[in-house]
Amino acid sequence: MTQTFELAVELFLAAILVGGGIFALVGSYGLLRLPEPMQRLHAPTKATTIGVGAALLVSALDMLPQGGGISWQELLITIFLLLTAPITALFLAKTLLLRHEDPATLPETGTGHPWATLGEERPDP
Amino acid sequence: MLRRLFPHPYLTLTLIVLWFLLVNQIKVGSLVMAVFLGTILPHLTSAWWPDRPIIRRPLGLLAYTALVMWDVIVANFQVARIVLFMPKAKIRSAWVTIPLDLRSPEAISLLAGTITMTPGTVSSDMSACGKALLVHSLHAPDPDEVRDTIKARYEARLKRIFE
Amino acid sequence: MILTYALIFMLGCIGLALLLNLVRLFNAPTITDRILTLDTITVNAIALVVLYGVWSGTGLYLEAAVLLALTGFVGTVAYCKYILRGSIIE
Repeated sequence: MTQTFELAVELFLAAILVGGGIFALVGSYGLLRLPEPMQRLHAPTKATTIGVGAALLVSALDMLPQGGGISWQELLITIFLLLTAPITALFLAKTLLLRHEDPATLPETGTGHPWATLGEERPDP
Repeated sequence: MLRRLFPHPYLTLTLIVLWFLLVNQIKVGSLVMAVFLGTILPHLTSAWWPDRPIIRRPLGLLAYTALVMWDVIVANFQVARIVLFMPKAKIRSAWVTIPLDLRSPEAISLLAGTITMTPGTVSSDMSACGKALLVHSLHAPDPDEVRDTIKARYEARLKRIFE
Repeated sequence: MILTYALIFMLGCIGLALLLNLVRLFNAPTITDRILTLDTITVNAIALVVLYGVWSGTGLYLEAAVLLALTGFVGTVAYCKYILRGSIIE
């Protein structure tokens, strides 16, 4: 009973490791391959987060087959990365909007006000 | 009195839990430090967070988190496929404007975070009045469909939770 | 046993990803790409540190991962803020 459980946990963790590694690689490869700056923003912010998430999940559970408990500190890093990834992406997108995108290609806001990064009246940061 | 001591009770609770996660052990000394930080930090940061956020349905928030987690995993495969196999000329990126029905700042930032974490879309900017989001979609042959999906799948749920 | 091989595989993947990042860092077309690449390098480094912790069987490396996550985030936001507004702390 315990032997099959150990094997199941190990197989599960190995599958997560392989999947996470492939996703991390895809994220960095997308950064090289995609042609437009805005497109390049998509690959690393998410695929890489999945890769780190996989590494952290394995790190939290890897004592389980030997009868150890779950380590909870990984949860902290996971939450932190999940919370900060969108903020990083938003700041990078704003930088791209200001520096490298043609404002004429953007759609209208539909509210009568301009987009915040491009408008004259900047809102408080 | 209690309200003045703890202006953000959720924040205090979160800080205590986070401190225990950080030290990774359960001791009385850690509890003292956790309560101390949980009391003092909301006061130090209250200038940037004057209102207390209203969550009408905390359970709905849990269900929403599960839904988003699932979507992140499933949709990551789509982005991986686009990055790896789709010819560069065939990737149709598009800007999408999403008019917002949400008004509470916490709900809007949660929606923007969700849009970024769900692969294929990145929320890039907000209109100066705060009533529309600018979203970049990696591969969207039909931009209207992206907008409708986001509004129906995420915004409607957030509206029920927060308003 | 299986876990060891999977661990080696993922360490290889992360190493290769870091190499790709390095290539991008050298020939980045825009300054934003450079910031994005630096952010990606930090995230990959966190994964590398965490995996090395699993490999050596101690929880000590997690502290380093926490610090990398914190400083990486603050650094990226500071770079962007500098480009957006010309100063970091207003």
